[in-house]
Amino acid sequence: MLDLQTAPPETAQLAVAPVITARGLTKSYDRRSMILRGVDLQIQPGERIALIGSNGCGKSTLLKCLIGLHPISGGELDCLGAQMQGGGSRAERQHLRQQTGFVFQKHCLVRRRTVLSNVIHGLFGAPGSWRAFSHSIAPEPWRQRALEALDAVNLADKAMMRADALSGGQQQRVAIARALVRRPRLLIADEPAASLDPVSGRNVMDLFQSLCGGQGITLLFTSHDMKHALDYATRVVALKQGRVLFDKPSGRVSQSDLNETFHG
Amino acid sequence: MADPRPLPTPDRMGGLSPASFAALVTVGALVLVSMNNVAPSLGQLADGVPGMLRLVGRMLPPNTEADFLARIALRILETFQIALAGAAIGIVLSLPIAWLSARGLSPLGRGAFLVKAFVSLLRTIPDLVWALLFVATVGLGAVAGTMTIMVDTIGFCGRFFAEAMEDAEREPQEALRAIGANRASVLVGGVLPDIMPSLINSSLFALEKAVRSSVVLGLVGAGGIGQELKVAFDLFQYRNASMIILVIFAIVLLMELCTDKLRARVR
Repeated sequence: MLDLQTAPPETAQLAVAPVITARGLTKSYDRRSMILRGVDLQIQPGERIALIGSNGCGKSTLLKCLIGLHPISGGELDCLGAQMQGGGSRAERQHLRQQTGFVFQKHCLVRRRTVLSNVIHGLFGAPGSWRAFSHSIAPEPWRQRALEALDAVNLADKAMMRADALSGGQQQRVAIARALVRRPRLLIADEPAASLDPVSGRNVMDLFQSLCGGQGITLLFTSHDMKHALDYATRVVALKQGRVLFDKPSGRVSQSDLNETFHG
Repeated sequence: MADPRPLPTPDRMGGLSPASFAALVTVGALVLVSMNNVAPSLGQLADGVPGMLRLVGRMLPPNTEADFLARIALRILETFQIALAGAAIGIVLSLPIAWLSARGLSPLGRGAFLVKAFVSLLRTIPDLVWALLFVATVGLGAVAGTMTIMVDTIGFCGRFFAEAMEDAEREPQEALRAIGANRASVLVGGVLPDIMPSLINSSLFALEKAVRSSVVLGLVGAGGIGQELKVAFDLFQYRNASMIILVIFAIVLLMELCTDKLRARVR
């Protein structure tokens, strides 16, 4: 199995610190429309958070702001010790991304490459990462690490297949392996089951639960499937019109909370 | 019961504004005036046919003497080397140039258009003009031909590679950026594998084009079989010329067959 316990030395020091602290976070792409209107959020290590809300409420934007893919417009954001005001410095973004795995709604694999090369791509950003371009030039320990990540998602036997030869569910599992290969402390997933059939969707969510729950990785995912949100998260955060509507343990989320989130 | 009133019929010239109509008439007039000035008249065509037949008669049979064939074999080899070396160097140089000029990928940001303009300049000047320039700078021979093909290939591949890069799938690029990949890693890890079929196709077209161009570069002294062709026509050795034309035809056809087969295998 993949040794996800091997984490950077500063892990112990930061173990008690929140993984994410956002205060009054705002984001707008132009002056007319504000996507995030003052989001307050704190996530502790090992939590599994579901971010819910209707289309356009700012879920995906929030996730991308957290890792500096989109710079925030205002407020304070500390993610894994990196200060991300204005998108953070280049060094801070790099440091943050090396500790973070990101799984997109569409698996976003490089389809003409092998499954193994796609997983090794997860090591881009590490020192000497130009060798992460392809499994054929990657150092042997990286190849081994990628195979272990594939084994963790039960796809080690598909390592040498082209990515576009796999089913949608399998491709999403490869994307998870790509995120895991960097041994992340935080795993962010943007509607990871949305493009999958119900069975594949549950398999992917089961995988997240077992990998993150077992290894203490903090998981933050968005979902339109309330069953996924309530079954797989320890806490549910609802966004509405760019603000946090409620933030409570998944066991205490009521039907009226959901109605207010999506219809109210 | 059908409505007795006829349905309104659309205007026959619908969609054609007065400005478009005027532009159409102007273009038509230009074509007619040009044809009147420079196109061959029926009389000229009729006069030219006997001359053409006499020339073809003097070209037959093509020269198949062993000495001559050995000489043009060497020239054909040189032509092929000019095409291959020029195209290979041009294709390799086109990759970074295309990257620098590709919208959304270029590290130069808005300055990318300057590189695009430079590539357009290379493409706009005809290859025979480049050949004249290089013959004037590096002298007569194959090196001038190779440099011409290289510049011509950059003008062609630089544009098509850049367009392929701009059209590459965005999602894998975003995923790699989210991982922490820098611009070069996104290019090498995400963009190039995605556009590989397009790159290979453009490169094969460039090679085809290079072979076709390299046979005429000799006309201005830039090496290759074209030089032999020019000598044959200058000295009225029409049987030699016909053999050279047949060999050129065979080479170009062979190249097109090979590249067609290779293209069919790219997926």
